Amino acid sequence: MINIWEVNETNKMVEQENLDVRTITIGISLLECIDSDLKKLNENIYRRITAVAKDLAKIGEKIENEFGIPIVNKRIAVTPIALVGGAACRTPEDFVTIADTLDRAAEAVGANLIGGYSALVSKGMTKADEMLIRSIPMALCQTGRVCSSVNLASTKTGINMDAVRLMGEILLEVAERSKDRDSVDCMKLVVFCNAPDDNPFMAGAFHGVTEADAIINVGVSGPGVVKTALEKVRGENFEVLCETIKKTAFKVTRVGQLVAQEASRMLGIPFGIIDLSLAPTPAIGDSVADILCEIGLEYAGAPGTTAALAMLNDQVKKGGVMASSYVGGLSGAFIPVSEDQGMIDAVTAGAITLEKLEAMTCVCSVGLDMIAIPGDTKATTISGMIADEMALGMVNQKTTAARLIPVIGKGVGDTVEFGGLFGYAPIMPVNRFSCDDFINRKGRIPAPIHSFKN
Amino acid sequence: MEQAAEKAIITVVGKDTIGIIAKVSAYLSENHVNILDISQTIVSGFFNMMMIVDVRVMEKSFTDCQKDLDEIGAQLGVSIKCQREEIFEKMHRI
Repeated sequence: MINIWEVNETNKMVEQENLDVRTITIGISLLECIDSDLKKLNENIYRRITAVAKDLAKIGEKIENEFGIPIVNKRIAVTPIALVGGAACRTPEDFVTIADTLDRAAEAVGANLIGGYSALVSKGMTKADEMLIRSIPMALCQTGRVCSSVNLASTKTGINMDAVRLMGEILLEVAERSKDRDSVDCMKLVVFCNAPDDNPFMAGAFHGVTEADAIINVGVSGPGVVKTALEKVRGENFEVLCETIKKTAFKVTRVGQLVAQEASRMLGIPFGIIDLSLAPTPAIGDSVADILCEIGLEYAGAPGTTAALAMLNDQVKKGGVMASSYVGGLSGAFIPVSEDQGMIDAVTAGAITLEKLEAMTCVCSVGLDMIAIPGDTKATTISGMIADEMALGMVNQKTTAARLIPVIGKGVGDTVEFGGLFGYAPIMPVNRFSCDDFINRKGRIPAPIHSFKN
Repeated sequence: MEQAAEKAIITVVGKDTIGIIAKVSAYLSENHVNILDISQTIVSGFFNMMMIVDVRVMEKSFTDCQKDLDEIGAQLGVSIKCQREEIFEKMHRI
């Protein structure tokens, strides 16, 4: 039987070390809603989402109470809207009506965010894909809960450079439209290489076409728990260090597995995957950068950071994989800047640069995440940064992403406030040399060779 | 009554005072909750108790029971939590 020490350990993780379930995300296929009549399509989408997810908030709360574990977000991910709206939408404005419908449906069921205002264009863009992409600035500016993502590249197809160029312009337009609010709408837009179909985390969640009608995916968190566990093994060798991370990741993930199974049972929707990510928040003691410091770095960004992060990421996976029956999504350590107090401190101290962050994204999940850059950064420069990140994912056969926030009217030395879980960020300097002629070439970068690995 | 929830863990943390166990167990017996195990310790001066209870035939809903225990905790000046056992079982047992 469970003993008092084990009970206290679990409760201490929740009460003092910020252990929580970051999100329960219901993935909902909207393929059955497709209609060539826009009005009917919108009605179908609203009806479908509010029917499948009607108990999401209520059941989330019930699980929270019964187990005493906070569930921070209840979210929805839908089929990429470029596929769903293709038959009905003739203009970008038509697509925006779907964004409105998604927003209303999410609000009706009490979901914090809804993802899937997305297009998958890793090799080419259909007319619908391009219209959806062009509608993103309007859609994000007009809605509160809708998140958008675009898959620009994959290991199998290469990088769609036409789409990369377009996304640089779109991102600046999103920034411009929300310039009176520090360009915050850019937080709701992310671009991917090798985007997973079952990611529960925003802004990149969508319900892939390889998925069933509806599915429950859960993202756990717990950087604070790992940090606290490592405090007890200061100065020990790597074997002890790694074992400690693995065991802690196991415990954290088991909570996610339990919550996912309960949510699945109560909602009558099959369990999909657990995403093993270590997801930080700006709360003190909930930081991935602090774990790196505990491992032995003065600040995240110091020499050795990439190696420490690679090790951390791998141990989290090794511990987490055994704790869950199905693992998927992004699964790894997140290194957003604004959402992690330790990362913010590292930027402020001058310990970490964009280039170092780029190197770090080679060995952990996601990529350049929640990074505020000067508002006068050129579209081609943004596209260049995106292309670099896509190339890392393409060659290393992993998911990478970029969620950059060009803050209109602000420059290096300024700070931008996003509020709540999204935190704040000092604006980081961007390499000022031009890549115009590279980005302005048309076409795509071919898929890489899958042999001769060096 | 909640179907799957059979065992629950009740934890009491706070300043030691007379009648904590008495009051909690009186409430549990009134509501047909069977106590399976009790352990108690003092952690850095604080009273710390854990009960494993069987809520299979409990008449109230789990949420109501949590609310009542919350109130009893407030009267005694301690914090009382009631959680389903699975969260501990899953985390600490393979």
